[in-house]
Amino acid sequence: MRRTTLTVNGVRHELDVEPRELLVLALRDHLGLTGTNIGCDTSSCGACTIHMDGQSVKSCTVLAVQADGAEITTIEGLASNGEMHPMQSAFNEHHALQCGYCTPGMIMAAVGLLQENPNPTENEIRSDLEGNLCRCTGYHNIVKAVRAVAAG
Amino acid sequence: MATTEQPARHVGARVPRKEDPAMVTGQARYTDDLTVPGMLWVAFVRSPFAHATIKGIDTSAAKAADGVVDVFTGADLADDFAAPIVCAWPIVDDIKIPEHWPLTKDKARYAGDKVAMVVADTRAGAKDAAELVEVDYDPLPAVTDIELALADGAPILHDDLGTNLSMTWRHSEHSPVPARGKPEDVFPAADVVIKEKYRIQRAVPNAIEPRSIIVEPSPAQGEFTMWSATQIPHIVRTVLTLMTGVPEAKLRVIAPAVGGGFGSKLQVYGEEALLLVGSRKLGRALKWTEERQEAFVATTHGRDVVQEVELAADRDGTLRGVKVRIVCSMGAYMQLLTPGIPLLGAWLYGGAYESDAYDLEINGVFTNTTPTDAYRGAGRPEATYCIERAMDALARELDMDPAELRRKNFVPADAFPNHTIVSGLIVDSGDYHASLDRLLEALDYEGLRAEQKARRERGDNRLLGIGLSTYLEMCGLAPSRVAGAIKLVCGLWEAAQVRVMPTGTVQVMVGVTATGQGHATTFSQLVADQLGVEIDDVEIIAGDTKQMALGMDTYGSRSLAVGGIALHLAGEKVVAKARAIAANALECAEDDLEYDTGTFTVKGTDKTMHVKEAAFAAWTAHALPDGMEPGLEATHVYDPPNFSWPAGAHGCVVSVDTETGEVDIERYVAVDDCGVVVNPAVVEGQVQGGVAQGIAEALYEEAVYDEEGNLSNGSMTSYLVPTAAEIPPIETHHTVTPSPTNPLGVKGIGEAGTIASPPAVINAVIDALSGLGVTDVQRPATPQNVWRAIEEARQ
Repeated sequence: MRRTTLTVNGVRHELDVEPRELLVLALRDHLGLTGTNIGCDTSSCGACTIHMDGQSVKSCTVLAVQADGAEITTIEGLASNGEMHPMQSAFNEHHALQCGYCTPGMIMAAVGLLQENPNPTENEIRSDLEGNLCRCTGYHNIVKAVRAVAAG
Repeated sequence: MATTEQPARHVGARVPRKEDPAMVTGQARYTDDLTVPGMLWVAFVRSPFAHATIKGIDTSAAKAADGVVDVFTGADLADDFAAPIVCAWPIVDDIKIPEHWPLTKDKARYAGDKVAMVVADTRAGAKDAAELVEVDYDPLPAVTDIELALADGAPILHDDLGTNLSMTWRHSEHSPVPARGKPEDVFPAADVVIKEKYRIQRAVPNAIEPRSIIVEPSPAQGEFTMWSATQIPHIVRTVLTLMTGVPEAKLRVIAPAVGGGFGSKLQVYGEEALLLVGSRKLGRALKWTEERQEAFVATTHGRDVVQEVELAADRDGTLRGVKVRIVCSMGAYMQLLTPGIPLLGAWLYGGAYESDAYDLEINGVFTNTTPTDAYRGAGRPEATYCIERAMDALARELDMDPAELRRKNFVPADAFPNHTIVSGLIVDSGDYHASLDRLLEALDYEGLRAEQKARRERGDNRLLGIGLSTYLEMCGLAPSRVAGAIKLVCGLWEAAQVRVMPTGTVQVMVGVTATGQGHATTFSQLVADQLGVEIDDVEIIAGDTKQMALGMDTYGSRSLAVGGIALHLAGEKVVAKARAIAANALECAEDDLEYDTGTFTVKGTDKTMHVKEAAFAAWTAHALPDGMEPGLEATHVYDPPNFSWPAGAHGCVVSVDTETGEVDIERYVAVDDCGVVVNPAVVEGQVQGGVAQGIAEALYEEAVYDEEGNLSNGSMTSYLVPTAAEIPPIETHHTVTPSPTNPLGVKGIGEAGTIASPPAVINAVIDALSGLGVTDVQRPATPQNVWRAIEEARQ
């Protein structure tokens, strides 16, 4: 077991984790933050996307101990003062989700995308979201939602 | 207080989904998000061999490992099951259905077959211990190809059956409704006969949420609660009762938020039975969550069909007959509906077209592969692919435009309502010419043909292709008598319960469970209009057999066309009771009341009573009509009198690079007629997602087995689920011909996109290359397969 400090959604936690424990399992099993989902075991689907020190990362490819000292934002920490983040509202407004399972990761990836490129073209949105799989929507409305947020 | 203002109508409006706020904030609870006190973890030992005799299993090292509670083999659990895994659709009397136990005892018959179950106190501990179970396998030759499995000398999966052929179903022999005519009376004299052969590759459904199961026992009461990522909690409950002997009244099955299903969760899996039996044996709660690479072999696959089709036609393009023989892989065993999946397309190989004769033969074959079962569309994408490819082949043979050939043969709009198609079933309504006209206009078909010609003439190496798919499908499954006539062991009715609470909110219990379809929103729209309440005043309760004991669950695009009608009719009963209460309170005859969106008005007066007021009166019961029961609620169980018949026209425009074989979708246009639309946003979402899955089948996805029977692309790194970069924007249009079969005029839209799109894409690829002599391309149309088709045509 390794003592690991994670600041998640502004709250500092000290955890004892096995060195092989994935960050996503530390978030889900130790901290009860189950909004971050697991969809594969090969870093392909992006359902587990979170923000770590301001970057969007797949939390299944990071060991919890590697995140020691990091600032982490999960889907649960995206809304502020009870107000949904504009990306969350846009996903609702543009029907960009169906089963909702890929949605937390997709939203975190989309927010990260706009932080790096505030005015992406449709093609840039599509290629930047390549790391996140959705089986329900055909991506059509996800792209629409991201464009709407970018347009303000 | 009387309510006089009429709220806006909700049916037909683009209402944002009620489900979303929980889902976009991470508050939705899927099965793997749940924890039960004292819960243990399960891992399964699965065969790495596609075909092997099991000579022995040594569990001692696993049992001795830290944190391991127990390890079970098939032999250990022999007395814990009342019956093996259930196949509920023995489609012919002489079908061969092998015994299928949750843990195989004698042989492994596919790579992934379950051999042992490990129970430990942690997720990782169970997985570690599973690797310590030593199984002595004696590998046998394997067969994964459908046609090779029927060849002489092929390895036999089930020794006691002596053959890999499970069954043969013939329309002429087994259909409860006769075809219009026999092919043998039509084909010999036909001007033109074309013969084609198509292969529909095996697909892996890949819902993004892997399966997950928790069973919590209450040993003192003999009760069990199961949470499962399933589309069918009611069927799971009933089937597990048959398999384990746990009484139905003592087994509660809950489907919490479910992260997509697409047919792969329309199943009662061995894992569900094993967790139930294991929790009964140990008196402890058990949990198992599938890993993705495990899911690739452990969750049912779809398709894997070889089709031989013949069409007979007159020289002018009039279609005369359709004759088809298909061979379908069952996989290694029968699951819940495996043999019935091709039957769901068995009346659709004639498409939306008139002709004189029809026959179809279905063969089901065992191969050393993961069992197949429903995958979005189930049988209907296969039928649609076959007839839509064949219509294009016929158009090429006759040198006719494929749009013109379709138009010439469509069942005309004036044949409806209730037209008997060539295969013998009665189609409710439709206007196929209208859908095609709308599509051709949206595409600028003439302009595209001119552009195609121009590119060909200038020797462009990026050739343009236009593919059409004018599909007809049946959904709204299904009239129970028909289900019985085609040997499904259950009925396909649906149930709903509507309860107006004393304070005017409405509780609605439905038997259909959502896996992303937006039931809570769509059903709330129906109830809001019917009872004159706000959408947020309606609470939809589903996916819990204790809260709603009646239900036949979700598949076959039935939620609205069957479940929604049950809900509507339950609501009608509520309105009828409220009317009696209102007439009593307003001192008039019931016939003197007009009703509109929640409000009863005494004709010619301003005296009114709202349903909410009637609900309060029904609760106080101070002044109800004599003999009336207190409370305002009703249940309706609806058995549809017919299927519902969505149809439409999809068009795909591709550029194909003749040097690299790369296919680029330039446009995809869908025109769908699903009858009356309740929520256009939800309907478009279903079409877009369905089309994306169909494009994936046409261009990207294929489960590939190697010669030894290993799934060689069994992970998301090697099996190409397409991303936003591959799937194009999808343009959606609608035509509306209400179904005359049900009071809402609805038909269903969940599968239409997946049914229509693969032939639209493949027809477009072939259309692009037809000038080079290409008449076929293997699915998926990868650059390699397209390049090969071009090279073969050049030789």
